[in-house]
Amino acid sequence: MSSENIESIVNRCYEHGFVTDIATESLPPGLNEDVIRAISARKNEPEFMLEWRLQAYQQWLEMTEPDWAHVNYPPIDFNAISYYAAPKSDEDRPKSLDEVDPKLLETYDKLGIPLHERARLAGVAVDAVFDSVSVATTFKGKLAEAGVIFCSFSEAVHDHPELVRKYLGSVVPRRDNFYAALNSAVFSDGSFVYIPKGVRCPMELSTYFRINAANTGQFERTLIIADEGSHVSYLEGCTAPMRDENQLHAAVVELVALEGAEIKYSTVQNWYPGDENGVGGIYNFVTKRGDCRGDNSKISWTQVETGSAITWKYPSCILRGANSVGEFYSVAVANNMQQADTGTKMIHIGPNTRSTIVSKGISAGRAQNAYRGLVKVLPQAHGARNHTQCDSLLIGKECGAHTFPYMEIKNPSAKVEHEATTSKISANQLFYCRQRGISEEDAVNMIVNGFCKEVFKELPMEFAVEAQALLNVSLEGAVG
Amino acid sequence: MLEIENLHSQIGGTDILRGLSLNVNAGEVHAIMGPNGSGKSTLAQVIAGHEEYVVTDGSVTYKGADLLSLDPEERARDGIFLGFQYPVEIPGVNNAYLLKAAMNAKRKHLGLEEIDAFEFLKLAKERMAMLGMDPKFLNRGVNEGFSGGEKKRNEILQMAMLEPSLAILDETDSGLDIDALKAVAEGVNSLRTPERAIVLVTHYQRLLDYIEPDFVHVLSEGRIVRSGDKSLALELEDKGYDWVREAANG
Ligand SMILES: Nc1ncnc2c1ncn2[C@@H]1O[C@H](COP(=O)(O)OP(=O)(O)OP(=O)(O)O)[C@@H](O)[C@H]1O
Ligand SMILES: [Mg+2]
Repeated sequence: MSSENIESIVNRCYEHGFVTDIATESLPPGLNEDVIRAISARKNEPEFMLEWRLQAYQQWLEMTEPDWAHVNYPPIDFNAISYYAAPKSDEDRPKSLDEVDPKLLETYDKLGIPLHERARLAGVAVDAVFDSVSVATTFKGKLAEAGVIFCSFSEAVHDHPELVRKYLGSVVPRRDNFYAALNSAVFSDGSFVYIPKGVRCPMELSTYFRINAANTGQFERTLIIADEGSHVSYLEGCTAPMRDENQLHAAVVELVALEGAEIKYSTVQNWYPGDENGVGGIYNFVTKRGDCRGDNSKISWTQVETGSAITWKYPSCILRGANSVGEFYSVAVANNMQQADTGTKMIHIGPNTRSTIVSKGISAGRAQNAYRGLVKVLPQAHGARNHTQCDSLLIGKECGAHTFPYMEIKNPSAKVEHEATTSKISANQLFYCRQRGISEEDAVNMIVNGFCKEVFKELPMEFAVEAQALLNVSLEGAVG
Repeated sequence: MLEIENLHSQIGGTDILRGLSLNVNAGEVHAIMGPNGSGKSTLAQVIAGHEEYVVTDGSVTYKGADLLSLDPEERARDGIFLGFQYPVEIPGVNNAYLLKAAMNAKRKHLGLEEIDAFEFLKLAKERMAMLGMDPKFLNRGVNEGFSGGEKKRNEILQMAMLEPSLAILDETDSGLDIDALKAVAEGVNSLRTPERAIVLVTHYQRLLDYIEPDFVHVLSEGRIVRSGDKSLALELEDKGYDWVREAANG
């Protein structure tokens, strides 16, 4: 279809309100109010959602792109991006795994991805993915029994507008930062989770998510609410390499933990990092924040990041409730030309709030890996405590690791500790392993996995195994 | 088993080994002695395949084939074990994990199945008991924070588990207390079979009281300047190295 045609359809859409049958067409590149109206219309959104997006857009227009991260990239032309990509039709998809690139299948194999998930990950037409569908139906039943709401963000806007209205933007306000504002204006889809009072979610939402999430696009939006005394463990992403024609990805994740609730959010992320020269990799600019709104609540972020050409990401915790706990466990790998600028913010507001930060950065090739962490203790946060441990591992001579710890302590009773180490995989360590019959590559993997152990043990079991395999694949050829 | 002919080797552009020849047959125990800096560790590293040591001349044949063209890991899987003079620490890597990976690499090379976890643990505990090592060492990082003597015992544990055809022990006796020395000697002696060969690099007669060598060689300035039986070690202890040096030069 020519772009003229598309435009005429888009225009028609504005004239007549939403037209559902054109939801299968992508929008031409560019961003303005009309584009936002079109997105909202295609999703059949209620008025409040459109208003919310439009306000975000106005705020975004007044903001400028941040430039303080330790990363370099050519300027992004926001008018060259298409903000609504139609879902791929089944005709364009492979019909079965036999039609999928054997190289991709080989990677799945190396990563130990379960057979029943491979078809979905490879984008095989849904009808062909029998296994997944039946598994998903079983999961749905179990969750419904427990009263857990778990659906796409688009569905939540329709089916649970009161919850969306109450919590959307309550952790990451629209104008929080440039990319959050952009996401708020144009977000494509994402996940929505609500765990009712006192409910312990009967399963890792990870498994279910991985089987069901359709391609959520470049501006993903996730909202998780754990009501009083509830508990949920959620896993985002997967170890399979994700390629996307869209270079810029700007997701927003908001977590709300009410009194006594606990949210464990794990991410294993493997966006395409580009080739050895960094060409074609994904720019991943993410805003993730959790709000320990109630007393005795807990939010724990665990992440294993190996992908993207550029990662800019600081999952954070606002420790508002008394005795609330925030945790951040991270492994960030940067190889070849990758640039990663990640870290966390722990904002202590309530009394006796505690936070733990364990960050493991691995740099190889010519990569740059930066840790940026902020620990802030407000005056009313009596007895607040933080422990930060920040370790860097260098493989090779041309890579770099940078640590930027910031602390703002406004309460004298606070206890804040920071430990940092930098180590290298030495030639003697590798030789020692090789003398014991272990290949150089296996030796590197062994040392890297040892380095990351503390973080891996925080991941749900099956993902810990996958994450370990992922790291090995990511560092293939890093030495020698 | 091992034939070294006129071996010359450099490190950082400096000649260290200068025409060294040595034959080690299966079933034999050789002791190599010699002053500090004479090239004993260099010889061990060259046999193990350390890439920093450049061989400029000569040949090394192991089990009838050229050794120098093999990667270090290939040599190891083929039965060469080096007990390091200074075992390196690998923080975070579990001692048992390394040991198991090493055993499995070798088993794979031999076309055997991976060792089963129970069998591995049983064997490891057995060997540790023989060496008087606390099983707790299995779960520590490889040599991480080990005392000097503990590191050496750990080397012997690895040797005892890997059951090499050719074991080269570089000053494994240095830094050991008397009990450890006896335990290590017992470990080495238990490997002493007609199929295996052992090369001991040492400065002390003490070790040779427990492990009786078939041959003793004196290395000086990159060459073997004197060879004999176990009585040579006693003579050295008595007269010092100047005696052999003078004899060699004169
Ligand atoms: N990287 C290097 N560059 C230059 N010379 C080196 C280097 N490494 C070792 N050497 C030298 O090589 C020589 C032989 O060293 P080697 O370690 O083989 O001695 P050794 O016989 O094992 O001594 P010791 O009894 O003290 O263990 C020494 O003079 C040492 O300084
Ligand atoms: Mg030495």
